[in-house]
Amino acid sequence: MAENIYTKRYSERAMDEVRPMIAKVGVVPSADGSAIFETGKTKAIAVVRGPRTLHPQHMQNAQTGILRVNYGMMPFSVEDRIRPGPNRRSEEISKVTEWALSSVVDLSGFPNTVVDVFIQIPQADAGTRVAGINAAAMALAHAGIPMKEMVSAIGVGKIDKSLVVDLDKYEDSLFHDGEGSTDIPVVVTSRTKEIALLQLDGKISIPEFKETIEMAKKSCEKILEVQMNALKEVGKNE
Amino acid sequence: MSNYIMPNLQKKKIEACLKEGKRLDGRKSDEYREISVEEGISLNSASAVRVKFGKTEVLAGVHLALATPYPDSPDEGTFMTGVELHPMASQQFDIGRPGINAIEMARVIDRGIRESGFIDFKGLCIKEGEKIWQVFVDIVAINDDGNLLDVAGLAAVIALGKARMPIYNEAEDKVEDGFSEEGIPLKKDVLSFSMTFHKVGNVIVADVDKEEEEISKFRLTIAIGDNNGEPRITAMQKGKAGTINAVDMENILELAESKWTELFTKVKEYTFE
Repeated sequence: MAENIYTKRYSERAMDEVRPMIAKVGVVPSADGSAIFETGKTKAIAVVRGPRTLHPQHMQNAQTGILRVNYGMMPFSVEDRIRPGPNRRSEEISKVTEWALSSVVDLSGFPNTVVDVFIQIPQADAGTRVAGINAAAMALAHAGIPMKEMVSAIGVGKIDKSLVVDLDKYEDSLFHDGEGSTDIPVVVTSRTKEIALLQLDGKISIPEFKETIEMAKKSCEKILEVQMNALKEVGKNE
Repeated sequence: MSNYIMPNLQKKKIEACLKEGKRLDGRKSDEYREISVEEGISLNSASAVRVKFGKTEVLAGVHLALATPYPDSPDEGTFMTGVELHPMASQQFDIGRPGINAIEMARVIDRGIRESGFIDFKGLCIKEGEKIWQVFVDIVAINDDGNLLDVAGLAAVIALGKARMPIYNEAEDKVEDGFSEEGIPLKKDVLSFSMTFHKVGNVIVADVDKEEEEISKFRLTIAIGDNNGEPRITAMQKGKAGTINAVDMENILELAESKWTELFTKVKEYTFE
């Protein structure tokens, strides 16, 4: 068996170390709720608008309001310009994010309405969907949308033979040696510690996968603390 | 996918049966429907196959075209997966551009195949920096009776396994009519395929039918390939708004491993024989 070549992280972080985080709530004044969340060089802005009447009418649900998520990367967020508008990747990320957030919001008090969540990425260094979800969860809480619990999100994975948390772009897309790179975005609920989003691509054994999920749960504790602290700051400076 | 009418009584009946380890069609909770595979659906493509799990049916075909490589991988071919959820297959599907369900399905299948290393991308290079083969897998739903994701995923893998190389005329720089006897470059030993498990009521169910799919709380798709006899995960995707607790996760991983062991030999036969 070949030796593990990724024993030290390119960024000099510990294997289970999350990049430095910045979280701030109330960044878009016209919105019902808004937040930014940054890890390292990855930045996400989330805005919540609603509950508001859903149009077209035939999409309305008389039992409950619905959540609608739109995720997108800004044209200048990566080295090659991204053409504005939806693409297959952004549509899929919007959908899995919508599923993850829908599992904790309770819109039964707002029938026939929609709550829109807009996530935009101004600067990307991998982990944009999880940063977006961390921001969106804060923005939903800021908007006063009823939530059963909070959610926190993290990318975990495997680089050659090392299990790591919070992959940056080098680890996520530029590392191809040895066993390559495996990327696993995970969303963990704050109280029940259940998994609200799970994706994976790469190559990983079942025992290693189980270990990365435990690492994700631990990291999400730290992220939750950052989110909650930011929410407590709301209104203090107004 | 919202205009499917499912009476509450039927939902309760399905969940009550599952509690006792039974399903309405007589299967066990982890049992697949009968799988059938047919080749030669279109003689004009590199391959085209029909795959059925019970009454769920898809056609999948492979097409190869000449292209210029991407600048960051000048010596590698490219791969693209398309899924068409055609209205002939279900009253829930519409004509037009692929919707989110088709996009998600195509991307999950694409990741499972791409990440496993099944396609030998370097083998698809004709002239570095100038000419490569582009491989397309197109999947069209014919009838949806649940679990299209797995049926489509298996069809894609089999269609790749059966695909023949086009004939390239280097002097005139064009593709000749017909196909060679030789298959497309694949790394056969890392073949990976995906399995989707749903939580229906309180039970984890494999190969759901339409009604089970409609009432499930969440689904988890796992693509597993072979790593010297050991199963190795190559892609995963959770779908729907439900959450996965630790017990469900443990059960699904155990089930995935045993189902993979059970199905792997069969899948290899379908793909290569």
